[in-house]
Amino acid sequence: MSIDVSQFHQVFFEESFEGLDAMEMGLLSMQEGSPDAETINTIFRAAHSIKGGAGTFGFSQVSEFTHGLETLLDQMRNGERDVSQQAINTLLQSVDVLREMLTAVQQGAEIDKASAEMVSHELEALLQSGTTAASQQEAEAPVLTKPSGWHIYFKPHPHLLQTGNDPVRMLHELAELGELSVQMESSALPAFSDLEPEDCYLAWTIELRGDVALEQVNEIFEWVEGDCELAITALPDEADHKPAEAEVEAAHDEMATVPAAVAPNPAETKKVTAETAMSSIRVGTDKVDSLINLVGELVITQSMLSQLGENFDPSRLQQLVDGLEQLERNTRELQEGIMRIRMLPISFAFNRFPRLVHDLSAKMGKQVELKLTGEQTELDKTVMEKIGDPLVHLVRNSLDHGLETPEKRRAAGKTETGLLHLNAYHQGGTIVIEISDDGAGLNEDKILSKAIERGLVASGESLSPEKIHELIFMPGFSTADVVSDVSGRGVGMDVVRKNINSLGGSVEVSSTAGVGSTFTIRLPLTLAIMDGQTIQVGDQRYIIPLISIIESVEIKPGTVKQVTGKGEVYSLRDEYVPIIRLYDLFNLTPRSDRLEDGLLVVVEFEDRKVGLLVDELLAQQQVVIKSLESNYRKVTGMAGATILGDGTVALILDISGLLTLYRNPPQQSAAKTIRAA
Amino acid sequence: MANILAVDDSASMRQMVAFTLKGAGHTVTDAEDGKHALEIARQKKFDLVLTDVNMPVMDGLSLTRELRQLPNYRFTPILVLTTEAGPDKKQEGRAAGATGWLVKPFNPEQLLATVKKVLG
Repeated sequence: MSIDVSQFHQVFFEESFEGLDAMEMGLLSMQEGSPDAETINTIFRAAHSIKGGAGTFGFSQVSEFTHGLETLLDQMRNGERDVSQQAINTLLQSVDVLREMLTAVQQGAEIDKASAEMVSHELEALLQSGTTAASQQEAEAPVLTKPSGWHIYFKPHPHLLQTGNDPVRMLHELAELGELSVQMESSALPAFSDLEPEDCYLAWTIELRGDVALEQVNEIFEWVEGDCELAITALPDEADHKPAEAEVEAAHDEMATVPAAVAPNPAETKKVTAETAMSSIRVGTDKVDSLINLVGELVITQSMLSQLGENFDPSRLQQLVDGLEQLERNTRELQEGIMRIRMLPISFAFNRFPRLVHDLSAKMGKQVELKLTGEQTELDKTVMEKIGDPLVHLVRNSLDHGLETPEKRRAAGKTETGLLHLNAYHQGGTIVIEISDDGAGLNEDKILSKAIERGLVASGESLSPEKIHELIFMPGFSTADVVSDVSGRGVGMDVVRKNINSLGGSVEVSSTAGVGSTFTIRLPLTLAIMDGQTIQVGDQRYIIPLISIIESVEIKPGTVKQVTGKGEVYSLRDEYVPIIRLYDLFNLTPRSDRLEDGLLVVVEFEDRKVGLLVDELLAQQQVVIKSLESNYRKVTGMAGATILGDGTVALILDISGLLTLYRNPPQQSAAKTIRAA
Repeated sequence: MANILAVDDSASMRQMVAFTLKGAGHTVTDAEDGKHALEIARQKKFDLVLTDVNMPVMDGLSLTRELRQLPNYRFTPILVLTTEAGPDKKQEGRAAGATGWLVKPFNPEQLLATVKKVLG
């Protein structure tokens, strides 16, 4: 029977990457000298598991590489070796190499042998330099001797049964090797009244005839060595010696039972590649159990309702109403339960920062303490994956531009070590992530002069500090004096903001000169469901994301002005808000084209307000977003579609797209396609 | 067939062991550390315990020692899954009260052969 172990590869990779993260965290927290026992144990265990798994699943290069690492960690764990900064650095490099190796293996790519060898050598050098004398035990080549059989005397010690071993089982095993004759010796049996039922009193004299190697016999007794008297001697040869050839062949057979080192064959590798495309999620069993429970309740409700429907009469209306309420509750709970499955603690995104900060601050000669709080705050997996890069950018930015060098900090009367704080918490239906530093704060003069130089601001214009801070999110803005390899990668804060906006979130900055800056990111908890406002335009219904809506107003006569080239604007308190007549944009017939008959929904996008003219506001509801792109094609001005309670389809408006449409009106024929079919 | 308790902190190893043993008709319960395994073993009698050595919370040797204290497990076969093939490590397992060992890495066939050896 052969069992295909490749089905466990995905889990192995996942836990290995988690193990590597744990190793990294542990190594970063480790101090020179004698390490904290629990930390080093955790690191050791992770390396140990990776090595064991890699061996089991046939990734021999990975397990070979891990071997040296494990040895080094084992010595540290046993206190045979001091922890030097050099060792920590090499271990960190090993983690990188392992991560690369595993990624390569997972994707079926070639392992980069050069970097692995380099780090291997460093590990080797460390091991050599150590105080411990590594005694290399030479494995003795097993000598296969095969007489005509074996004479075995086996007398278990009384307590043998308490090791879980069983002499009878061993006799059965021997019987499988060849022809067996057994003589039992019961002379040690005490009188029945003295007999201890848990002790073993018997002994056996055994003759095993057949073509059996000594090693095979030894193997059967290997677990009881020391728990018995055992004597194994060769039976005198009765026949002539077997021809040498036969022995060679037998030896060969013996070898064949040794498992061949499992090298992944091409077919297997291919399979792994296919698997990487499939992303998976690890879910606590409690979450799954609660879902199963909820489904159970749903089934009960369903059967109750169908029973009610079979012979319904109006007198049972109350029962129907109750049943439907129950159904609604079940559905909502099920929805929440399923959403929870996709939720992961934000520590998944935060975990990479200790290393990043460690490496970057060393490179820049800054002293930085990284503080992480709210790591258990949960966030949808998709959002998590997409927020990673913007977060890295903001953290790099704080390290590069925010925090000062120790000299500058001392001069400013601060502690030499700067603080970088990542915090996350829930607020309503959103998750808030804050990246704050106690650095120099945004340099307003520099930002303003740069903005003027770039033509983003007219010179001489006076701006409030908040407005100046906002400038850093303008496209094409970068204040780094030199393009450093830390944050000046040609990607500006405008891209960060764009990426966050595309997730339905926002990013803001607040800063005080000399005290520090805080970037605040707000994100929806999930991308699959959102709160929407249903609106009526002509005979169509649309959804506006609730998060974009500032307010809805009735238009009173005299509040609308015509501006040449810009169309109509509405005077909202001290602002003028451009009016977009949605029916015009979508080529629909409105109930009335008089502004006073409709409602103006004021929405905001990237700090710009516009008013959308609609016929009527309908319900506010949670809507499930269906992608237009994957079901139809990308449509400017539409973020997706949803199915309303009555089964009709409503399109979800995308405010930034609407602005584009408004500025560059499409051809009439194109506009028609926006109408829901 | 037998009721087996498989203990390993690595999910992939647990899955591999469980899959292999279930395929051979055994019933498998798994646990991710010694403490958890001990709780399970207290509630139910197993015919065989397979345990990894290096685990968080409670390692496999401590688990073996604890199990041997339980009246139900005085004679139950306990196999330790060890990475080190050296005699020291094997003796450590034996000293803790283990029946025998299986050296990692092992393949499913080796696992089944060893399980057969203790269960007969």
